Amino acid sequence: MNYYESQDLGAFGSIAEDAPESGKAFFEWYGTVFKDGELSKREKNLIALAVAHTKQCPYCIDAYTSACLESGSSPGEMMESVQVAAAISGGSTLVHAVQMRKQAEKMSM
Amino acid sequence: MPVSQRLSPAEQLDTLQNSTVPSFVAHLEHSGVEILHAGTTDIVQINVGKLCNQVCKHCHVDAGPDKTDENMNWITFEACLEVIKEVQPSIVDLTGGAPELNPHFRNFVLELRLLGVPEIIDRCNLSVLLLKSQSDLAQFLADQKVHVVASLPAVNEKQTDAQRGDGVFDKSIEGLRRLNALGYGTDETGLQLTLMSNPSGAFLPPPQSSAETRFKALLADRYGIVFNNLIELTNMPVSRFLEYLIQSDNYDSYMAKLSAAFNPAAAAGLMCRNTLSISWDGRLYDCDFNQMLEIPVIPESSRTVFEYQKELLAGRPIAVANHCLGCTAGQGSSCGGATS
Repeated sequence: MNYYESQDLGAFGSIAEDAPESGKAFFEWYGTVFKDGELSKREKNLIALAVAHTKQCPYCIDAYTSACLESGSSPGEMMESVQVAAAISGGSTLVHAVQMRKQAEKMSM
Repeated sequence: MPVSQRLSPAEQLDTLQNSTVPSFVAHLEHSGVEILHAGTTDIVQINVGKLCNQVCKHCHVDAGPDKTDENMNWITFEACLEVIKEVQPSIVDLTGGAPELNPHFRNFVLELRLLGVPEIIDRCNLSVLLLKSQSDLAQFLADQKVHVVASLPAVNEKQTDAQRGDGVFDKSIEGLRRLNALGYGTDETGLQLTLMSNPSGAFLPPPQSSAETRFKALLADRYGIVFNNLIELTNMPVSRFLEYLIQSDNYDSYMAKLSAAFNPAAAAGLMCRNTLSISWDGRLYDCDFNQMLEIPVIPESSRTVFEYQKELLAGRPIAVANHCLGCTAGQGSSCGGATS
């Protein structure tokens, strides 16, 4: 048995077996979230792809790469979405440097 | 894949029938859908030959510039005209290859006009319009009010060229501009321009209506191009696309995808129910995909245009195999676009 086997994605539904009520509620909510709304399903898939990268979830990356292509997104749009995720990840690290600088200034002469 | 390694129609069929997913017939039975039968023939689709100026990676016809022999001759065209007189279809749909490269293409279109066929479709790869030998082709199509169904998988160079060859996206845009300049793509002129998009890989097409909206916006904003409507087609696991699936280790997952997306509602609108497909050598098939797999119409006494018998083909059972899962996946797929 290995970690992160690609076919395990197909067994995602089994997580509901030991907690059926909450599992059913989760999948219903999940399905609702991805319906066309103020944002299109295509746009939501691009957001999901970006989030998948920040979560570094290989299942989600596979699933939303496929979903993005199948909702008509271009490779350029997909890469730009991941760049947005990377920028926010990098920015969220760097913005903490303000705290570091404040603390350093407080402790320094 | 080198030509010597190409799968024969029998090998393709064998691969499809030994797929790990349940058969197409099992899908129909499980869903309570009756075995398919033909209804009234409303469309006669003629594959006039395999000659093409492009070599697309997904081509189910295995068309290309080297296919100079497998093209319809005038005797067969004349036999097609006799069939069309009898069938009286609403649409005659000309495909290939690049159908315009058949030397009899224009004469045949003129004959169809004389017969009064309500709609003539030319499935155009767009780049053919830029060939020196075809410099007057767009004007000819406009003069004859031919409905142009033009291939464009995506509004970006990367995906289009990956599927259709280097430089094809730019040529396609130029081809569309030439058609627009003649009035194609606007409601006022009556010159119908349909775009046809196949996915550039082992995935299903997006919903047709949202894709059309997006194509219209992107082509208008970036290139000033207009068109009437978009149809989305699923890539069929046949010929070059089947070979691509096998070589790229996508075959099993693609068949599983088609199986999981089986939509009984899509079966009702399948093109095989109202289409008669004719090959370059005059043989009769239920669709262009069966043609490439060499699966003939079931009635044995009416298998060519030279022995066409309307009464034998009316209500005939459709010959099916596992590639048919491509036409029933998701929103359904046909040469006219989504079927559900």
